[in-house]
Amino acid sequence: MIDMTVKIPGLELKNPIMPASGCFGFGKEYAQLYDLSQLGAIMIKATTVETRLGNPTPRVAETSSGMLNAIGLQNPGLEKVYGSELPWLEQFDVPIIANVAGTTTEDYVEVAREISKAPNVHALEINISCPNVKKGGITFGTDPAVARELTRAVKEVSSVPVYIKLSPNVTDIVSIAKAVEEGGADGITMINTLLGMRLDPKTGRPVIANISGGLSGPAIKPVALRMVYEVSKQTNLPIIGMGGVTNVDDVIDFLSAGASAVAVGTANFVNPFVCPEIISKLPERLHELGYDSVEELIGRSHRL
Amino acid sequence: MIKQERMKVITQQSIAKHIFELTVEGGLVDEMAEPGQFVHVRVADSFEPLLRRPISVASIDKENKRFTMIYRAEGRGTQILADKKAGDEIDVLGPLGHGFPVEQAEKKAFLIGGGIGVPPLYELAKQLNSRGIETVHILGFESKQAIFYEEKFKALGDTHIATVDGSHGTEGFVTHILNELPHDFDTYFSCGPTAMLEAVQWAYPQKKGFLSYEQRMGCGIGACFACVCRTTKSETDYIKVCSDGPVFPAGVVIS
Ligand SMILES: Cc1cc2nc3c(=O)[nH]c(=O)nc-3n(C[C@H](O)[C@H](O)[C@H](O)COP(=O)(O)OP(=O)(O)OC[C@H]3O[C@@H](n4cnc5c(N)ncnc54)[C@H](O)[C@@H]3O)c2cc1C
Ligand SMILES: Cc1cc2nc3c(=O)[nH]c(=O)nc-3n(C[C@H](O)[C@H](O)[C@H](O)COP(=O)(O)O)c2cc1C
Ligand code: FES
Repeated sequence: MIDMTVKIPGLELKNPIMPASGCFGFGKEYAQLYDLSQLGAIMIKATTVETRLGNPTPRVAETSSGMLNAIGLQNPGLEKVYGSELPWLEQFDVPIIANVAGTTTEDYVEVAREISKAPNVHALEINISCPNVKKGGITFGTDPAVARELTRAVKEVSSVPVYIKLSPNVTDIVSIAKAVEEGGADGITMINTLLGMRLDPKTGRPVIANISGGLSGPAIKPVALRMVYEVSKQTNLPIIGMGGVTNVDDVIDFLSAGASAVAVGTANFVNPFVCPEIISKLPERLHELGYDSVEELIGRSHRL
Repeated sequence: MIKQERMKVITQQSIAKHIFELTVEGGLVDEMAEPGQFVHVRVADSFEPLLRRPISVASIDKENKRFTMIYRAEGRGTQILADKKAGDEIDVLGPLGHGFPVEQAEKKAFLIGGGIGVPPLYELAKQLNSRGIETVHILGFESKQAIFYEEKFKALGDTHIATVDGSHGTEGFVTHILNELPHDFDTYFSCGPTAMLEAVQWAYPQKKGFLSYEQRMGCGIGACFACVCRTTKSETDYIKVCSDGPVFPAGVVIS
């Protein structure tokens, strides 16, 4: 028997695979396709204090082995998420990681305080890295001092462990990671999307209404992997790694680079069954590689 | 229920300039209910191109578990799709969304389509006819070479064609034909470019109408919020074309 379980703050995962925030809504759509209890955890769509309408369309554009999105944190707001989305998810035996977003520190604090009270929310993922909103979001993720203070403020009010979601759109991601570690973060999730754009060759106009968007999908995996490797080498925080994961070997790579668990985002759009497929293939792949547990593999690239 | 299936290509042929007709077979067809639903097609097993392509169901053959898509091969993904041959397999996710409510038509319906918005109207025409509803088809194309299914629509009811360059039928847009026809129908159904849908809505403010919209998509099943439109029903909400639509009653979508 291969031991697939992973223990990180707040989370006793039956396996290390979970859908990434914004790529799985609040689970309802994918629940039509398979039993969500199979998943290690679910990272739900960003939640803000008020309802957010998000950006104008087109909001997505395809790029080479990737896509750009500028959804703009559209979500029904804290009250609805707390009052109806989260209770609906209670029917599944799966821990929820609530993605928290905002424009001001007060916004983050309010959402974190309230949403962490939900019985099935086992951890928070603080989104200080959304590239698609004009204010807030990414500004919290690009300045180490600001990131540290936000982490402190959220830690103070949260009833569950706090993971900070890092942006790759910085010169030195390790300095941000260290800052949130000082601020008391329990873990890190990384990476969010890379800022990019696409033009229409006929008109010269940006394809996305928001002009630029966040790049995700297989195209960003090498960047994500290198960043996870660096951060895991230089901090002591557990990492949930993501960026371009589409198959079981991508998962092996992230675990080897130092991630304790792995999130799958864009690949859900291409293959809606990608998470359960990876989960079912992982034990055999670990066995082939000569490992008895997921835990043994975590960070092996640093030990070679 | 939504299914993902590797479906077998039965036939693929070019039926007009850049327009292909593709028939596939598989159990997924059992799930198809309304005309106007669509499928999300993965054109390659690799991740290049990455996203699935939304294509309408153009006709359903439940008995043989087959359905047909008609699409324009223009961009990267649809060109790859056009290379598929009989016996190949393609990955299809569907059926998706809510289609045209056939039960809303009473006696006579106008079916108004433009370009690659025409295909779903064919299955719709078949189903309306089998319910004893008279259908009139008003179809717009770029030019004579781009026209498809004219004879098939004619077999189901009066069919009027407009071409932008005047190379066949009326010169101009479907609205030019609509202006000439008596308004002796109870319900209209339309699919095509947004500008056309707008014009059709303005032409018949008093009639019961149902319109099929297009948006760029990510997931195709309602999870990613890529495909939203503002709606007259609520100032604080969007509707999703993929899962709330693609068909909406006239007057609901703000485009
Ligand atoms: C509900 C629905 C039903 C459709 N039914 C049909 C049909 O029956 N026949 C047909 O020919 N076309 C149909 N379309 C349009 C079709 O999806 C696009 O023409 C196709 O996705 C273009 O892909 P490509 O590889 O040619 O272009 P590319 O330029 O390579 O496409 C790049 C990206 O943009 C998206 N995209 C490009 N054009 C459109 C568009 N008009 N609408 C939505 N996404 C687009 C693609 O899906 C892809 O993600 C439908 C669209 C929707 C939303
Ligand atoms: C359509 C879309 C919406 C997203 N929404 C969010 C979000 O609300 N909050 C967040 O923290 N990340 C969001 N992300 C980023 C993903 O969670 C993930 O970090 C990123 O896409 C990289 O992983 P991937 O390459 O597997 O998609 C979104 C990504 C996509 C493609
Ligand atoms: S395409 Fe994802 S919500 Fe419609």
